[in-house]
Amino acid sequence: MIGAKRPDRRSAKLLTVDADGGMRQLPRAALASLFSPGDLVIANDAATLPASLKGIHCASGEPIEVRLAAWVSIRDPTRFAAIAFGGGDHRTPTEDRMLPPSLSPGDRLTLGPLVAIVEHPLDDPRLFRLRFLGDRATVLAGLARHGRPIQYAHVPEPLALWEVWTRIAADPIAFEPPSAGFAFDWHTRRVWRQRGIGFATLTHAAGISSTGHPELDLRLPFDEPYRIPEHTAATIRRAKTKDHRIIAIGTTVVRALESAANADGSVRAEDGVSSGRIGRETPLRVVDAILTGVHQRGESHFELLRAFADDAVLDQISEALGQHGYRPHEFGDSILIERHPCIARHYPTPNGGPTDNQRSCKGEIHRWFERQIYVGLSGAFAEVRRQMTLRGGGAP
Amino acid sequence: MLTDMDLRGLRVAITGGTSGLGLALVRLLVARGAQVAFVARTAHAVERIANETGACGIVGDIGRKEDIYSVALQVSGNLGGLDALINSASTLGPTPLVPLADTECEELEQALIINLLGPFRLTKALFGALAASAQEGRGAAVINISSDAAVNAYSSWGAYGASKAALRHLTAIWAKEAEAEGVAFLSIDPGDMDTPLHALAVPGADPTTLLRPEEAAAEIVRSLLAALPSQAARPVAVHP
Repeated sequence: MIGAKRPDRRSAKLLTVDADGGMRQLPRAALASLFSPGDLVIANDAATLPASLKGIHCASGEPIEVRLAAWVSIRDPTRFAAIAFGGGDHRTPTEDRMLPPSLSPGDRLTLGPLVAIVEHPLDDPRLFRLRFLGDRATVLAGLARHGRPIQYAHVPEPLALWEVWTRIAADPIAFEPPSAGFAFDWHTRRVWRQRGIGFATLTHAAGISSTGHPELDLRLPFDEPYRIPEHTAATIRRAKTKDHRIIAIGTTVVRALESAANADGSVRAEDGVSSGRIGRETPLRVVDAILTGVHQRGESHFELLRAFADDAVLDQISEALGQHGYRPHEFGDSILIERHPCIARHYPTPNGGPTDNQRSCKGEIHRWFERQIYVGLSGAFAEVRRQMTLRGGGAP
Repeated sequence: MLTDMDLRGLRVAITGGTSGLGLALVRLLVARGAQVAFVARTAHAVERIANETGACGIVGDIGRKEDIYSVALQVSGNLGGLDALINSASTLGPTPLVPLADTECEELEQALIINLLGPFRLTKALFGALAASAQEGRGAAVINISSDAAVNAYSSWGAYGASKAALRHLTAIWAKEAEAEGVAFLSIDPGDMDTPLHALAVPGADPTTLLRPEEAAAEIVRSLLAALPSQAARPVAVHP
């Protein structure tokens, strides 16, 4: 599949997949005409930082590219976990990039107008923590002047910041664009409003999508902070009470909502951190459908779709995408997948095995019934996850 | 009374913040406790006003497309969001003022870039932040500084008048479109003020007949507050 080189809001395509696996091909502009009155669409309004910084590793005199990859403390732009490459640029496939010079604690990096100090290397030669010299305003000014959006070889021309901000971009905390949001525009919002379809936002610090190293990539996504405003949590609560659908624009929205989920399918208004991957075993307590980009097998974004559809449907989706020339990557086309009614119950019973209903499910069981089954268990899983987060698991 | 008003928690960005009305707005809003970021072209002037007021100074040229998102990034990143944007930076066009028949195309173009395209671009870049603020119940507003030259046809004010008229109409349309999102758009004509811009346009004008920028700033802040929900809905943002 050939990726799109730039945001293409006018001619993008949309593949919709309903809960039974039925597919429709539409222009993406048809998004405005989808969903039912009362349904609620949630989007990620994080703006994207110019998180790629070229410069020099002072100790060796060697060139280095630093890609900011995770917050050490959310909204403190002076400290980050980062990955580094040696010379070259994004036009070389990430997996072929040179290793950075050997990094030691205290090493200085000059990155345009910014100076960063290596706090300590992490457990991979590319991965380290850094601290910028200067206060918040100085660092943000330096990033704004010298930083470039992180980009990959499939888009050779340099991207400008305005090309990686969605229409709703607000708080600059993402390292790469929450790209499913490129499908959203204010016209769609207006039509949804006229049709009684709700819309609300949360903010999730979308992280880097590739490090170029298979073992490191397995650890993606890194822990990502999110913020769910009170208004958004209240809107979700109201929609859930009336059994309306929650549609997530993008995997980051799924991660945030499911991290903040209560047992009854409502979410907490909170500043939290989402960690770990969502996949086949993840019970979805909040999200009923996802609008996402076109991803390929093996990518963490694709794996997340297993929480929504079974392998047979995902195979059909992959086939349709290939057959009809859907474009992958962040500026490509979109897919809308409704969660298969059975998928939510793909998690162990108290004795570790699948439920009888899971074995025999034909997709006809009412959503109300399935919710009752996993409500108790999912609360327990959430507690385990919270405990793991408290112990610091998963942070780079 | 504005002097009694506590604006803590209000996050405001102002363009043209080192001179005239923009500077008066920066000083007034900071004095009332608002969190203020201002934008201007000249680094040393930005540093001087930032040091004087404690506001966050951002070096950027509203007339340069390449600067707009860098400015937006710094506004949102430093203030932790945005409740109000005041587009105050303006250019007169050719000075001394000349009739349209003597105005170079490039001069009109430049006036449109700074007085119309600049505010459009910056507002668009910050619209997500403003809509987020409105969604949270804090309210949001954009104030575009206008002029009676946007309404009346004055000889020799062609570049300025045409660009401000376009900005005024842009503001009116945006006001309709953004109403449902809870983002208010206001076009405010502060009147003739004793500012460097006015001195360029009308050299030798008697300053005693002109409004002090501080008075105009107070009136604009009153209008801004009238467009936003009460202070109670606006918690003070805490930054690490």
